[in-house]
Amino acid sequence: MTVITELVPFDEALAAYDPVMGLEVHVELGTATKMFCGCSTELGADPNTQTCPVCLGLPGALPVVNATGVESAIKIGLALHCEIAEWCRFARKNYFYPDMPKNFQTSQYDEPIAFNGYLDVQLEDGEVFRVEIERAHMEEDTGKSTHVGGATGRIHGASHSLLDYNRAGIPLIEIVTKPITGAGSRAPEVAKAYVAELRELIRALGVSEARMEMGQMRCDVNLSLRPHGTEKFGTRSETKNVNSLRSVERAVRYEIGRHAGVLNAGGTIIQETRHFHEDDGSTTSGRVKEEAEDYRYFPEPDLVPVAPSRAWVEELRGTLPELPRVRRNRLREEWGVTELDMQSILNAGAVDLITATTEAGAPADQARKWWMGELARNANESGRPLDALPITPAQVARVSELVAAGDLNDKLARQVIEGVLAGEGDPDTVVEKRGLKVVSDEGALGAAVDEAIAGNAAIADKIRGGKVAAAGALVGAVMKATRGQADAARVRELILERLGVEG
Amino acid sequence: MTDIIKLTAAETAARIASGELTAVEVTEAHLARIEAVDEKVHAFLHVDREGALAQARAVDAKRERGETLGPLAGVPLALKDIFTTKDMPTTVGSKILEGWLPPYDATLTRRLRDADVVILGKTNMDEFAMGSSTENSAYGPTGNPWDLTRIPGGSGGGSSAALASFQAPLAIGTDTGGSIRQPAAVTGTVGVKPTYGGVSRYGMVAFSSSLDQGGPCARTVLDAALLHEAIAGHDPLDSTSIDAPVPPVVEAARNGSVAGMRVGVIKQFRGEGYQAGVVQRFDESVGLLKELGAEIVELDCPSFDLALSAYYLIAPSECSSNLARFDGLRYGLRTGDDGSRSAEDVTALTREAGFGDEVKRRIMLGTYALSSGYYDAYYGSAQKVRTLITRDFEKAFEQVDVIVSPTTPTTAFPIGERADDPMAMYLADLCTIPTNLAGNAAMSLPCGLAPEDGLPVGLQIIAPALKDDRLYKVGAAVEAAFLAKWGHPLLEEAPSL
Repeated sequence: MTVITELVPFDEALAAYDPVMGLEVHVELGTATKMFCGCSTELGADPNTQTCPVCLGLPGALPVVNATGVESAIKIGLALHCEIAEWCRFARKNYFYPDMPKNFQTSQYDEPIAFNGYLDVQLEDGEVFRVEIERAHMEEDTGKSTHVGGATGRIHGASHSLLDYNRAGIPLIEIVTKPITGAGSRAPEVAKAYVAELRELIRALGVSEARMEMGQMRCDVNLSLRPHGTEKFGTRSETKNVNSLRSVERAVRYEIGRHAGVLNAGGTIIQETRHFHEDDGSTTSGRVKEEAEDYRYFPEPDLVPVAPSRAWVEELRGTLPELPRVRRNRLREEWGVTELDMQSILNAGAVDLITATTEAGAPADQARKWWMGELARNANESGRPLDALPITPAQVARVSELVAAGDLNDKLARQVIEGVLAGEGDPDTVVEKRGLKVVSDEGALGAAVDEAIAGNAAIADKIRGGKVAAAGALVGAVMKATRGQADAARVRELILERLGVEG
Repeated sequence: MTDIIKLTAAETAARIASGELTAVEVTEAHLARIEAVDEKVHAFLHVDREGALAQARAVDAKRERGETLGPLAGVPLALKDIFTTKDMPTTVGSKILEGWLPPYDATLTRRLRDADVVILGKTNMDEFAMGSSTENSAYGPTGNPWDLTRIPGGSGGGSSAALASFQAPLAIGTDTGGSIRQPAAVTGTVGVKPTYGGVSRYGMVAFSSSLDQGGPCARTVLDAALLHEAIAGHDPLDSTSIDAPVPPVVEAARNGSVAGMRVGVIKQFRGEGYQAGVVQRFDESVGLLKELGAEIVELDCPSFDLALSAYYLIAPSECSSNLARFDGLRYGLRTGDDGSRSAEDVTALTREAGFGDEVKRRIMLGTYALSSGYYDAYYGSAQKVRTLITRDFEKAFEQVDVIVSPTTPTTAFPIGERADDPMAMYLADLCTIPTNLAGNAAMSLPCGLAPEDGLPVGLQIIAPALKDDRLYKVGAAVEAAFLAKWGHPLLEEAPSL
């Protein structure tokens, strides 16, 4: 008995209702070993080759906590401005599923390691929206089921299932927001910006690569609507495994329209999990939660409590990098670029490269010019990400230095870059090998200038007569004669000097 | 041959070390004994004749090479079928694991092998260690060597019966609510539940994780101490294992004394339900302790009256979760997988067929106790009682060095008598359960035969956590005094089978 309801257009839905969101993000930590055993977490191994009695849940096996996992959890908690529990326990979440070897998941329940925090996210127009964090807790991943023989790849209709426990026991941090209210029509954008910011944060902390396409970061979107002016939250739907930034935005948008449709038709929203479909951005009903699932949580008796000392927590706090948003804003100001420019730098993946280039001594505008110009073009043409180009920020800084010293002009500098990219060596080597130095020998330059004046008497007269702008033609002739290796500004100076004209 | 099987473990090891006996001779003598009597007793679920002889030969070879042998090298042992063994099936007394050959050795198994102990085989037990009579084994009951129509205690009835029938001088048990001590008591043997965390649980199939504790079983206090030392100590694979030196149990067992000690007697451990002969032998033991120079102090531990109730909430709760993994998908029994049924249905059929009644009863009890809406009233309250019991013990140990009590309220009851009355069965663990809930250490050793039925009575000694050595100090003194009084070990009075 499926009731098809009309989707209400987004603006119309927002005119009547106020969306409330809750985002649950699972992050797979990049630890070398699993959360409770010594098995490798390397991706791509043959099925069930990275398993042991512990992560297979064999009778008698016992878990031991991965200290690096705890450390990563604390770092994430601190970066999210959370309080870090002085004492907390793992708990067993009991439910049956074939990809969970013990038929309970070792997780945390009412004693999460981190709680009560927030993450400020910046929307495209620069507005900052604060997303409050309920908790971040540690748990283990499940194995993977592959359902074979059905049309959909889902368990329904499949003839059998294959189980791979390599993923079982990989450390996860689940980060849960408090209900996000007040986003209004920006709810889809806020959701996307939050997940994007969280991803940047996780990467900056170095605790995970957080690649959503690899399942290292997975998002569940909870959404409900309430009529404007009411306080009480509506019934929510839980859209599971929304695994790209764009999908997060679309899922929120779709659910707003769907909920509004049901509510407008006088229906009631069923509390259920829903599947998101990448192809058309829709969601469909998963299993209905007729009553709240009873996981029969209780403290995990096989593990001792985790009690991170305050000294350790403070030590970890001291290692935290600048928050991505703060860093971006700082750099934007330091570099003197607009919000829009910054966005394109971000999109090009050039923030770290430009930063490193300035740290190697180049002025910010030069660093940005090279990375966003010549190098971005090259990356684009060769289909490589910017940071995969065979040139280092230090090399770019050196080129910039040579230009500033007058040893290279712009045109020559581009040739040096080209040489470095072609594997001809570092900038100084390329300059040497290709003979690209600017001609700064006054004698040689003077001779070339004299020659140009003599060969272009008519133009020289014009200049003498006050048409200074005509000097360009003579500069061009000198540059041509020196194969471009002269400093054009100096050439101009010399010409005007010889012709007795004030520049 | 008869002489060899009656030797203590300490004496056996000494004779092997001196060359007076070979480990192979000793092993063969015990294998022959098993062959002769175990059809009647049914202590073993699996006998590894070849493995045991190979291990024995290795010990003899070591000695021939002039290598120093450990204190238990070449001594045979009966291992409770709850510890994983790479070379022997591990069934936990359940159909659901029939024939399961684990891919790994438990830490305890590995330590026994490292100590050159000869593992004869795996012993019978109540399914998943749930029971006090070994009648809940899926593979049939074990007889008490004192009277084969009676229970040998449980859950470790196979281990206690193996000792009492001289099929092995050493055995391993596990104690969640009394499963080492109560079988020791009703078979006239010695059993110790070490401090929780004293012996690794890695590879010990879990019943109730916060209560389960492996420990030594033997016929003498010294033998138990030697075994205790071999299996105890920190294990990085068990997070709850204690990272501290093993208490000096062997030294204590060699220097038994109670002179000047304060010994507590808990007033809650007597009265209704206690067999007259048990109370009589217990009172005599208290008198003996006084004679040996101990000061007796009466103690009041009111929360102990709630211990049984708390235990029957906590243990089933943990078991309901621990046993969830037995779903027929990865190992062990699988029932009804004819290609037409869903995984869920196959799991249900497997559990229906593979678990016995008592196991199902406890899974249901525990599932209920943990359910939302009931958690605080049941599991939560039970944890509070647990804290109260721990406090009662702490207060008691401010006044006394050890506490003594009967190990179990009655002597061995006839097989079948309580099989249909779970509550009566649960009462067998009345005196042993508080120690599991508090996590401290306790021993049971024989203190005579009840006059009315001629069956062994156990004396329980309880020590504070980490003070396991006190059990052996007091136990050795009591054992020596009884030996002097009786003129021979109590087991001499058991029928010869």
